[in-house]
Amino acid sequence: MFAEFGYGILVVSFLVAMYSLIAAVYGAIEKSAAMVESSRRAMLLTFPLLSLSAAALVYLLVNNHFEVAFVYEVTSRSMPTYLKVTAWWGGQAGSLLFWAWLLAAFTSAVTIRKWERDIEFLPWVIVVNSITLLFFLGMVVFYENPFTRFWLVGGSVEPHMFAPLNATLFAAPDGNGLNPLLRHPGMVIHPPMLYLGFVAYVIPYSFAMAALITGRTDDRWIRLTRRWSLWAWLFLSFGLVLGGRWAYDVLGWGGYWGWDPVEIAAFMPWLTGTAFLHSVMIQEKRGLFKHWNMILVILTYSLVIFGTFLTRSGVLSSVHAFANSPIGPFFMAFVSLTLVVSIALVIWRWPILQGETEMNSMLSREALFLLNNLLFMSVLVVCFWGVVSPLASELFTNQKVTLGPPFYERATAPIFAALMFLMGVAPLSAWGHSTIQTLGRAIWKSALAALVLTVILFITYTQNYIALIGFFLIALVLLVTLQEFWRAARARQRAQSENFFTALTRLMGRNRRRYGGYIIHISMMLMAIGILGIEIFQTETQGALAQGEQLNIEGYTVEYRELASWPDEGEGVNYTRAVVDVYENGIYLGELTPRIDYYFDSQQNMTIPGNRSTLKDDLYVLLVDWEPVSNAGATFKIYVNPLVNWMWIGSLLFFIGVIFAAWPDRDPAEEPVRAARKAHQSSAAD
Amino acid sequence: MQRTKFFLGGALILAAVVYLLVSSTQASAEYFMTVDEVKAKGDSVVGKSLRLSGAVLGDTIQYDSETLELTFDIAHVSGDNADIEAQGGLAEVLYQAVNDPTRERITIHYVGAKPDLLRSEAQAILTGKLSEDGVFYADEILLKCPTKYEEAVPEQAAAK
Repeated sequence: MFAEFGYGILVVSFLVAMYSLIAAVYGAIEKSAAMVESSRRAMLLTFPLLSLSAAALVYLLVNNHFEVAFVYEVTSRSMPTYLKVTAWWGGQAGSLLFWAWLLAAFTSAVTIRKWERDIEFLPWVIVVNSITLLFFLGMVVFYENPFTRFWLVGGSVEPHMFAPLNATLFAAPDGNGLNPLLRHPGMVIHPPMLYLGFVAYVIPYSFAMAALITGRTDDRWIRLTRRWSLWAWLFLSFGLVLGGRWAYDVLGWGGYWGWDPVEIAAFMPWLTGTAFLHSVMIQEKRGLFKHWNMILVILTYSLVIFGTFLTRSGVLSSVHAFANSPIGPFFMAFVSLTLVVSIALVIWRWPILQGETEMNSMLSREALFLLNNLLFMSVLVVCFWGVVSPLASELFTNQKVTLGPPFYERATAPIFAALMFLMGVAPLSAWGHSTIQTLGRAIWKSALAALVLTVILFITYTQNYIALIGFFLIALVLLVTLQEFWRAARARQRAQSENFFTALTRLMGRNRRRYGGYIIHISMMLMAIGILGIEIFQTETQGALAQGEQLNIEGYTVEYRELASWPDEGEGVNYTRAVVDVYENGIYLGELTPRIDYYFDSQQNMTIPGNRSTLKDDLYVLLVDWEPVSNAGATFKIYVNPLVNWMWIGSLLFFIGVIFAAWPDRDPAEEPVRAARKAHQSSAAD
Repeated sequence: MQRTKFFLGGALILAAVVYLLVSSTQASAEYFMTVDEVKAKGDSVVGKSLRLSGAVLGDTIQYDSETLELTFDIAHVSGDNADIEAQGGLAEVLYQAVNDPTRERITIHYVGAKPDLLRSEAQAILTGKLSEDGVFYADEILLKCPTKYEEAVPEQAAAK
């Protein structure tokens, strides 16, 4: 009953989206405002429709309807209700529906805004969004239907949507249950955050395509979607960080990022998105890079779809185990088709996308931004190469080659270092023209201080030259950025005769994007401290201990005290928990309780570390094995991860920075350079 | 003049990225191989970074919890997913591999905690190097077990 209802609504949504697409194209070509309005209303209808369908699926999930294949795959009776709800995105079919539902929500949000002067964009924005929506709805309606049920046909169980001849509905007594690794608060919100980011990037893309089609290729489309890009970027970043935190807390390998293809799949649109965020500023301020911004937004869109495909199709083996599925070729076809069409549009509009000025200084702000973009693209190329190398090598050499973390670390480290250097230099350069002399005057104090700091670190902390280069760059960026806050606030303090604090807050409030960006730069450097710490200084030890025995690592002593194992039938889990006492240089610090949760339904273990986290380092203790009968011996693996906490501190500051930059401001007095020229179409609408 | 400078700069960056890609690929490529392929290539793959997969033979597992030394044998399993599907799925293929004494086998050596999923008929994916004595020294072990979790369609017997 609910399954038929849910599926029926899906089909209706598909047809409504189809109508919306046709009406929008017709309305745009025939210049019929009534048709466009009709298409807009149809588009608005998809969100409540898909919400109903999703509600039906959630109802089935929560109420143990194991006759539905998807419910059987991702839930079991022992799961708590909140996990049953979040199982919605725990499998392929459900997550595709989730994607479509989010897209319908965002498209609706965008179509109910006041269009007024931008009305010519409206039909084409609807066209692009409805094509994307139709693709995802087509996937769930025809290939990955979350409402497919089990039928007993002549002695065997088969999945079908509707009853085959002489078949009776078959309900399994219990489901497989969500993979226990995914039963973690981080995992409950990590996929939706990534998806929010993914889907939100469809909106700037749709405006870019509308701008190309209508030929209105000034920076209006960028201004209209500036906040969408920022929020998309925020959610994508948030999703990435949550995924890392989840891996650190649950996967039990002492790290947060393993260069897994699925991680990279989410990281690639982040790279183009970050490049886009920077380069749109050049178009707004200087009227340059118009082709480039189009290409970036197109790439981001393609990588978002490609990323969804990688995470969901199982073409690449990874810890994110999702089964092989038939939808892979459709994804590839869709990505290729949209990419080709979009690039063709850019080529068609190439002449009217010419820059309004020329770049004429290698050290000007815009030139350094261009360099920043090239570096982000270089990281992207490295990632793409790494991800496709198993497929490509098999295709061309008949020998499957994989590239693991060492490849990525080796290839990206110099690029990241160059990016950090730019982060230190670019804020000091001027629009239009800068020279070595002006830059040198602005940077020498910070550079000298960073150098002194590095020498101190060399003497007291480490002789690892990669770490020293890293710390030098981090110090340089932090000092330059803080100096920028200081310099501007001092100047304002003198000019307006305010006190320093008032001057600083007013200054930041007047130019949210710039100072939000600086906060983000600072947060990135804090994260870089954590990354350097874990990448270069991580140490580990392991050993089997009898009760009372100790392991020593980096001044810490870990003593095995006791172990207990008990089943929780209601939850379907067996817990095994060890208690260890931790000492540092002989001083008792407290106890840690690493544990292993064994899930009966999936016969799978989850290794939860006992972690003691300080600003200096993390002591990360894993229970890996124990003697079941005597309880006398247990094997532990211990990591010391120096400085890793700065990673999480940095990510918190990062969110503050993005929210600060994205917060709606009422002050229209920005962009003085081009304000005069663009006055007739100011950005009051966003 | 400016234009030339920009092109020169771009070309430099491009060259640097290509260099990074090529050198890093050469330095850290891991070759995916099956047991048969390793046996067939013999000495030519000794010392190279390999990723080897096969079916774990349960009775060969030996573990010393004092020294954390682990050894076990794996039997050849096809590396091609389509092939595995054609032969009746991963569980079936692993079962056959373990119970077929004619299959090629390789001994694995590893130092570290014994993974929980290490048992007969598990699929092991090992990263490491082949030594001259024919033993594969693994740095990393990944295990996949065809469990109930992967059942797409419930067994009818469960309904009774």
